[in-house]
Amino acid sequence: MRAPDNPVFAKGDVLLAVENVSLGFGGVKALTDVSFDIRKSEIRAIIGPNGAGKTSMLNCINGFYYPTEGRITFKGVKRPKMRPYEAARGGIARTFQNVALFKSMSTLDNIMAGRSIKMDSNFFWQLFRHGPAMKEEVAHRRFVEEIIDFLEIQHIRKTPVGRLPYGLQKRVELGRALAMEPELLLLDEPMAGMNLEEKEDMSRFILEVNQQYGTTIALIEHDMGVVMDLSDRVVVLEYGRKIADGTPSEVKGDQRVIDAYLGVAH
Amino acid sequence: MLYREAGQFKTNYVADSAIFPLRQDRIGLGLIIIAAYALAFMGSDFLLQAVLIPFLVFSLASIGLNILTGYTGLLSLGTGAFMGVGAYACYKLMTAFPEVNVIVWIFVSGFFSAAIGALFGLPSLRIKGFYLAVATLAAQFFLQWCFIRIPWLVNYNVSGALDAPLRTLFGTPIMGPNATPQTRYLVVLTIVILLTWLASNLVHGRIGRMWIAIRDMDLAAELMGIRPLQTKLLAFAVSSYYCGVAGALLVFLWYGGAEYDVFNINQSFFILFMVIIGGLGSLIGSFFGAALIFILPIVLGIVLPAMLSPFGISVGADVIEHLRFMIVGALIIFFLIVEPHGLARLWQIGKQKLLVWPFPY
Repeated sequence: MRAPDNPVFAKGDVLLAVENVSLGFGGVKALTDVSFDIRKSEIRAIIGPNGAGKTSMLNCINGFYYPTEGRITFKGVKRPKMRPYEAARGGIARTFQNVALFKSMSTLDNIMAGRSIKMDSNFFWQLFRHGPAMKEEVAHRRFVEEIIDFLEIQHIRKTPVGRLPYGLQKRVELGRALAMEPELLLLDEPMAGMNLEEKEDMSRFILEVNQQYGTTIALIEHDMGVVMDLSDRVVVLEYGRKIADGTPSEVKGDQRVIDAYLGVAH
Repeated sequence: MLYREAGQFKTNYVADSAIFPLRQDRIGLGLIIIAAYALAFMGSDFLLQAVLIPFLVFSLASIGLNILTGYTGLLSLGTGAFMGVGAYACYKLMTAFPEVNVIVWIFVSGFFSAAIGALFGLPSLRIKGFYLAVATLAAQFFLQWCFIRIPWLVNYNVSGALDAPLRTLFGTPIMGPNATPQTRYLVVLTIVILLTWLASNLVHGRIGRMWIAIRDMDLAAELMGIRPLQTKLLAFAVSSYYCGVAGALLVFLWYGGAEYDVFNINQSFFILFMVIIGGLGSLIGSFFGAALIFILPIVLGIVLPAMLSPFGISVGADVIEHLRFMIVGALIIFFLIVEPHGLARLWQIGKQKLLVWPFPY
């Protein structure tokens, strides 16, 4: 894998900006006037208590929801209303809170499926599984094998993912997202339900993805230790509003964040 | 001991992603194909005409429905109608252009049913599951209505029926009253093998992965950049293509003539049962399903009287008929309880066990 080199968006430039975004479902407001940005090659954490609107925020970013107010700019262009697959083709990949793998497929096929948008040999060659179709299959297989090596999942290459333990499923899901060579990777609770060892492994992979390939990562996580160690900057949501934004140490000392997490004495 | 993985090393990705990675599987497949061709010369006319030709036709239709329901997860009850489109298209084409070889028209007729299938697949973007099945029922009833009401489709034939005209390939009649079951079987067999091979290539490649992705987790598939509508419509088109060709084969190479009634809702259910019993998402399962649902009753019809007569029990044909239904029904329930994923899964488990036999794992 190589880092996507884009001269316009060097490390530190704003890759994605969320400006005054509100999202309502009928009378319920999931997000109210939230603004923050994600810079190229950083690890940005979104935290907050349950129901704070973190996943809704990710859903807005990858085109699953369209904000009722405000706007989202990605790579300097305002995002129009789009279908999720268009966002994916634009370079945004994500993993899910509840593992959303293709259960009946093997690890290899799951990650290969993640390469679908990079493959374009036509129907005719697909019918014969020869020529360009096979050449393409092999080229992408090589790339996928690199991801498999990177995530240390060689031994489960041909196992149907439905049979894998939870921790490995999460890892395969990360692999599938990486296969898209995304510019922005959204991770929704990548460490939920993991034991300490699995969390350490996952943290290592997230850091390596970020450092080796310069992939920008936005992650939602509840484990504060992980968030504080991994992320460059943290945005804190509560009841759909942003209550803090800054480096982990700034956020940790913020009185409103402490109140949100620990409760306020009445 | 003969069925072992040991010693077969894959040194490149092409070999590793082969559809049949085991040498023994490839040999077995080759033997089956040779045996299938040999049967044309050794089997009786009854075997060819009443068992093997329909078995192959139903297998092909099952593959078609399996692509849609098994691989892409879209339930359809319009199979019978899509088969009909193929048959009527084939009839129109070969009577309008008799100078072109009929084999060409059989393959081309599939495209008509593919187009109609894709059209009726449009609602699949919004609805799924049983609701989609009901939407495809619209195709079933509307198309069947067309078959009855549009006399142009049967060239204003007074009887309203399709009949197979005499057609030849290399001077040998392959269609019409003069074609022997042997030649018809050979034509059907070749077409089915060719189309099965193409389907197997499709489902093992990029397109197959996209279909399965939509089936297993459509939301995740879309968030990975897979266009849901195009992928689903492609499944509808390919599926209907197979059904269309199967429909043309059914009328012109098996029945030799048929009315609109063969393409009714029962036919759709018949094929759907084959797919479910055989195994959703499996090509070999389509053959198993067709064998169980179509061939087994025939075998029982022959075997049952022979089994009962030594005991001095002579039963009427009607009792045999009832027994047949009961046994087939019981077997279907048995197989569904033992392995809800169908005969294909049983086959797969059996092969897995054989690989490590005599050890449990």
